[in-house]
Amino acid sequence: MSIILDHVSYVYDADTNMPVKALDDINLVINDGEFIGLIGHTGSGKSTLVQHLNGLMKATSGTIYYNGEDIYDSDYNKKELRSKVGLVFQYPEHQLFEVDVFTDVCFGPKNLGWDDKKIQLKAYEALKMVGIEDEYFYQSPFDLSGGQKRRVAIAGVLAMSPEVLVLDEPTAGLDPKGRDELLNKISELRRTTGMTVVLVSHSMEDVANYVDRIVVMNKGRVMYDDVPSEVFKNYKELEAVGLAAPQVTYIMHALNDAGLKVNCEVTTVNEAADEIVKALKGRK
Amino acid sequence: MSIVKAKDLTFEYIRRDEEGNVDGITTAIDNVSLDIKEGQFIAILGHNGSGKSTFAKHINAILHPTEGTVWVDGMDTADEANVWNIRQEAGMVFQNPDNQIIGQVVEEDVGFGPENMGVPTEEIWQRVEESLKAVGMYEFRKKSPNHLSGGQKQRVSIAGVLAMHPKCIVFDEPTAMLDPNGRKEVIRAARALNDVEGITVILITHYMEEIIHADKVFVMEKGKIAMEGTPREVFSKVDELKALRLDVPQVTLLAYELKKRGVKLPDGILTKEELVKALGL
Repeated sequence: MSIILDHVSYVYDADTNMPVKALDDINLVINDGEFIGLIGHTGSGKSTLVQHLNGLMKATSGTIYYNGEDIYDSDYNKKELRSKVGLVFQYPEHQLFEVDVFTDVCFGPKNLGWDDKKIQLKAYEALKMVGIEDEYFYQSPFDLSGGQKRRVAIAGVLAMSPEVLVLDEPTAGLDPKGRDELLNKISELRRTTGMTVVLVSHSMEDVANYVDRIVVMNKGRVMYDDVPSEVFKNYKELEAVGLAAPQVTYIMHALNDAGLKVNCEVTTVNEAADEIVKALKGRK
Repeated sequence: MSIVKAKDLTFEYIRRDEEGNVDGITTAIDNVSLDIKEGQFIAILGHNGSGKSTFAKHINAILHPTEGTVWVDGMDTADEANVWNIRQEAGMVFQNPDNQIIGQVVEEDVGFGPENMGVPTEEIWQRVEESLKAVGMYEFRKKSPNHLSGGQKQRVSIAGVLAMHPKCIVFDEPTAMLDPNGRKEVIRAARALNDVEGITVILITHYMEEIIHADKVFVMEKGKIAMEGTPREVFSKVDELKALRLDVPQVTLLAYELKKRGVKLPDGILTKEELVKALGL
């Protein structure tokens, strides 16, 4: 699996007197099995970008290749692309509508024209993948808790067996524990299925704890594309464009400035604690 | 002076089936008593479903107690005659910026509240100007709300509430849908309103860093108050907060992890400056 974005640009309202270039010459490669964090301030182009990945929006210029094929080719099967690249929008539970949980999850696969047996098997597997117990299958989706509804909505996308899962702010509105549970679930899913995952988020802490690569967008362009520790080194530049590094980064820099020689490239609390203990011992 | 007071407050949501028969009862607030003094900055934390939003809706009389009483500025919220006065004294800002703005132009939206209160026209425009300046959005007064970012929209919503000259503003997860910049703007506006204008602020949030300057923190769980105290007191209890599905600011968590690894540190460290000092650096 690979997605290649080649000089992709997108202009909103191109033929009006207020055109907005939401994507400006994006060149990006998404490799098989990667766990990518896509961050950027409001208006940076990240939602526009992810909607290009499954062909929902079409680039104004440039091309996108899925597994080496040009998705803008007249012969290309766009419908299939949408099942291969599963997009989960923000507040996905707003999309739930069926009489019961199981039927709602079947909706996607049904639209792909699969036979009944396959639909039901995929729906069942998807619900199990997100940790929804059997007892909830025939309940109304509206009777579930917020976190459960969200997982059912994600199952609705997983049931189509995507190769790439794109989640736009999946933890918005969840409480801290809910956030941890969902992200752990997504991480686990990736480990067991080998799915490629793109996580769009504002939360640096969330992203730092889970992803292996971060793409930072600013004003429609890619500003950084690297491993978390490298990206967060540029915390001053990130701040200048309305973002921030994880709190841990600032704490480590403050300690360093005060004279404790610690590695400022750690991005999680546990790493930071180990580093500080090491540095304190080193002083004795 | 109490601005918001609750005594033995209980609230039950009653679920009914299609025929109107009672299907189930959820006790969302269970015998809560508290007292918020004028001018304070209060934070209410709790996992989703703990009852905090339900409590917030009692403050501006959107909901009435099933049992017990809530007073806002001395007025009983269950008394119909008080409702509009209460809503003018206690304003509310909700989570979704898009759900609170109705004007086509920023200054019109902000003027909506005072207009409904029957404030004379001249004074409406004065209040609109003051309120927009208080949240740093005056230069956007002629713009369409559609072109604003989330944080800007929330600030316009705050201005709209401010224009009614409330004594108290309840913020129900106002930053949940915003990026880090937007979050900072909204919290800065809320703190300025409290520090400078003396408006009582009640902030409901999941973001622990937003409330380290609060005067008092209440933690709700299953409709009851599970913990209360200053931010320092509450955030010291990391294990208890984790059991309640909550977080602490990263620096507090870091200090806790360091203590586990044998480093001697006091409880309740809230900022990186405090950590630096506590480590003797």
